[in-house]
Amino acid sequence: MELKINNQIHQVDAPDEMPLLWVLRDLLGKKGTKFGCGQGLCGTCTVHVNGQPMRSCITPVAVAKNSEVTTIEGVDEQGNHPIQIAWRENNVPQCGYCQSGQIMSALNLLSNNSTPTDQDIDSAMSGNICRCGTYPRIKQAIKDAAKVMNQNKGAKS
Amino acid sequence: MNTFKLDRREFLTLTGVAGGGLLLGCSSSSNSSQAMFVKNNQAHKLNIFVSVRPDNRVDIINHRSEMGQGAKTGVIQMIADELDVDWEKINVVQGLGDKAYGSQNTDGSTSVRKFYSKLREIGASARTMLEQAAAEYWQVDVSQVQAKQHKVFNLTNGNSLNYGDLAELAAKQPIPNVAKLTFKSKEQFKYITKPVPIVDLHDMTTGKATYGIDVELDGLLVASIERCPVLYGKVKSFDASGAKAIPGVVDVINMPETVKPVVFSAGSGVAVIATNTWAANQGRKALKIEWDLGENKDFDSEQAFADMASKAQNPAKRSAEKGDITAGFAKAEQILEATYKVPFLAHAPMEPPAAAALVTDTSCEIWAATQNPQAVMDNVAGMVGLKPEQIKVNVTLLGGGFGRKSKADFVCEAVYLSKKLGKPVKVVWTREDDLKMGYFHAGATAFIKAGVDKHANITAWQQRSVMPSIKTTFAPSTDDLLDVELSLGFNDIPFQLESLQGESSGYVNPVRIGWLRSVSNIPHAFALHSFVDELAHANNIPTHKYLRQLYAEDRLIDPITDYGFKGYKNYDESLQRHPISTQRFKAVLDKLEQTVNFDEALPAGQGWGLAIHRSFVSYVGVASKVEVKDGKLTVLAMHSVIDCGVAVNPDRVESQLEGAMIFGLSLALMGRIDIKQGAVSQSNFHDYPVLRMQQCPELSVAIIQSDAYPGGVGEPGVPPVAPSLVNAIFTATGKRYRELPINQYLTV
Ligand code: FES
Ligand code: FES
Repeated sequence: MELKINNQIHQVDAPDEMPLLWVLRDLLGKKGTKFGCGQGLCGTCTVHVNGQPMRSCITPVAVAKNSEVTTIEGVDEQGNHPIQIAWRENNVPQCGYCQSGQIMSALNLLSNNSTPTDQDIDSAMSGNICRCGTYPRIKQAIKDAAKVMNQNKGAKS
Repeated sequence: MNTFKLDRREFLTLTGVAGGGLLLGCSSSSNSSQAMFVKNNQAHKLNIFVSVRPDNRVDIINHRSEMGQGAKTGVIQMIADELDVDWEKINVVQGLGDKAYGSQNTDGSTSVRKFYSKLREIGASARTMLEQAAAEYWQVDVSQVQAKQHKVFNLTNGNSLNYGDLAELAAKQPIPNVAKLTFKSKEQFKYITKPVPIVDLHDMTTGKATYGIDVELDGLLVASIERCPVLYGKVKSFDASGAKAIPGVVDVINMPETVKPVVFSAGSGVAVIATNTWAANQGRKALKIEWDLGENKDFDSEQAFADMASKAQNPAKRSAEKGDITAGFAKAEQILEATYKVPFLAHAPMEPPAAAALVTDTSCEIWAATQNPQAVMDNVAGMVGLKPEQIKVNVTLLGGGFGRKSKADFVCEAVYLSKKLGKPVKVVWTREDDLKMGYFHAGATAFIKAGVDKHANITAWQQRSVMPSIKTTFAPSTDDLLDVELSLGFNDIPFQLESLQGESSGYVNPVRIGWLRSVSNIPHAFALHSFVDELAHANNIPTHKYLRQLYAEDRLIDPITDYGFKGYKNYDESLQRHPISTQRFKAVLDKLEQTVNFDEALPAGQGWGLAIHRSFVSYVGVASKVEVKDGKLTVLAMHSVIDCGVAVNPDRVESQLEGAMIFGLSLALMGRIDIKQGAVSQSNFHDYPVLRMQQCPELSVAIIQSDAYPGGVGEPGVPPVAPSLVNAIFTATGKRYRELPINQYLTV
């Protein structure tokens, strides 16, 4: 089957019901998307399918056919999306394992809501567990990124 | 003649050197050295941690496991500062498992406190060798040269050489005498005490950081293992036909029977081997296994707690004694007693255990998210018929550890399967595996009874700790606690006590027990600091004021002489360097009182609570503010104050304390592993919840500036959290919760 991931076409030989997570990780070698629970409970496996955040561990690969899939590797070629920069400026990661999923959820939040309140952030990020406990820094990084993204938008228009 | 080799172009750029006679003096060798420089950027080893390359880059080894606590960055900071290198020119190299590095057991909050002197010596020694090399090159006395920011300067004329230029000559220098090394003063620190960003920061925000689960090897197979749900049970029979019919499944292998004691061995189960993780998991679901559940099939944790509670009411083995508690109780104006309970807990690191191995007839190489590569070497050596030092262990990043990944069981599984198949095999645990097959934090009960005089001073203190010892994993019939467990916030009480009796009892327990972030400090601190709060309220004294009364005058407590606790371990540190100081407790209290107004009038249903605990030779105070309304608990704010001596990386100290508050809240609010019919009931994050963002209060951290020798940081933030929380709930509601987790009483 043909998959479009981060703007590149890939051919994979996988059964329809195989979760997108394992197709990405084991068949395509894209290891940035992580496994945490396999049940849609933790968000570490979050990717975007046609711009919508999905838990790739419970998303059959067939769903991604004829769709645009974005993974952490596709957020920005240099890793310099304002969200990624804000993550670094706030020294967010501890072990780092959950952060791909956190960034993908934050990316979705900020594409839909350029000025999120604390409650907006809580509800958008409630599906992403960080066992190390980086929540306060994630929250701050999202606010910082929102500011920069709004400034960039202002500068462009 | 000087044999020092330099790249000619680089040589010419050295101020003042090009015009001097030295260039001519060395010119005969410069052609060959230039060729070598271009083709061979060989690392010249100055010691086991530091190598310098001719291109001026410096390889520095991190020998500790990085699991989010920042050790990898801290280790490099300590070496790099004394080496005086440019941070941008460092290649951080993860050390293989090797006893030459000293302990690599990344556990017990030891990476900084156990290596602060040694790693600074390592850096200073390498720096001295670079200085010796420069002195030899310039043919001046070594007192005439000085290393600074990746260069060595000639003090007589201001000339300088890059470290890279000196690499080869430096590697030939004699190893300096440690006693003669010089060290920076704290004012000179460039990296130590600075918030240096972590080494893997960029990779962690781009998906490039590589963990145990991410290991890729040519022809790598993935194994998913159905393990016997009950410890010491075994496989009676199994039918692999369904599993083998799943596309991608290549083999089904019976695992070795669990041996007694289990220690870290691979145990009873059936492994499905496939070309990818999903096929392995699917194959596993299709297995039909008949178990012989064995001797532990009736174990029930509720029953265990009932047994432990009754043990806690009865005299047990004494380990600490001061004065005469009978007399102390006789003269008391008031006597209080209470029993506390903390359930079994699981670590649940975000990355479940994962390891890969490639075993051949003559070699064994491992890639693992392990906290302890040397334990891996020791544990697998016998399995493959090699000596421990012949096992090559590559340590990946760990997606969290919290103590779980210091056990080598999952690595042993990979080694067993690779040896059977003669192919590289990666074992990947599911979340269900992680929660059901853990090395659990011991469920614990503690009893405290105290008498106080009319000023609320303590005349008698009797305490009992009852839990299954970690030793049961190594010696199953152990019915006693280890001295080290009783040293974890139990027989080291920092309060003024006229008399004390410390007693303890183990509990024979048929699940694997292991250490979890801060270990027995969790139940001990929960009981101790809840009880002190109970005493304070019973005497109508605000708890923060009562604590000050109990710390009394500035003094040092020695549990060995003061409490007769001969086995006191002090986290494997001397009491001279790491004393138990009431002054440091009081300084933490001062800081908390400056941060929080404990006496402020709050709306109904709100309240503050606090607890201050010393563990891993650091002092941490936590103040919590909660609101309880219509049976719903909201944690509004939480503040931590730490005195960890010198904070090598203040930003990582803060992040560890933030993480510890969240880890502590998870366990206090929701942490609970139940065991029924010998097997764990919980299976994933829906029934073993951990804190999510919307439950996370406003957090703050303050670090007390200190010149004291560094203490631990990864663990000491956890123990005060739960008591501080229940104390706040008491202030808010007048209800005292003595059993965790809180979600059995209130919605969280
Ligand atoms: S791994 Fe997909 S939500 Fe946890
Ligand atoms: S940084 Fe470790 S789980 Fe989030």
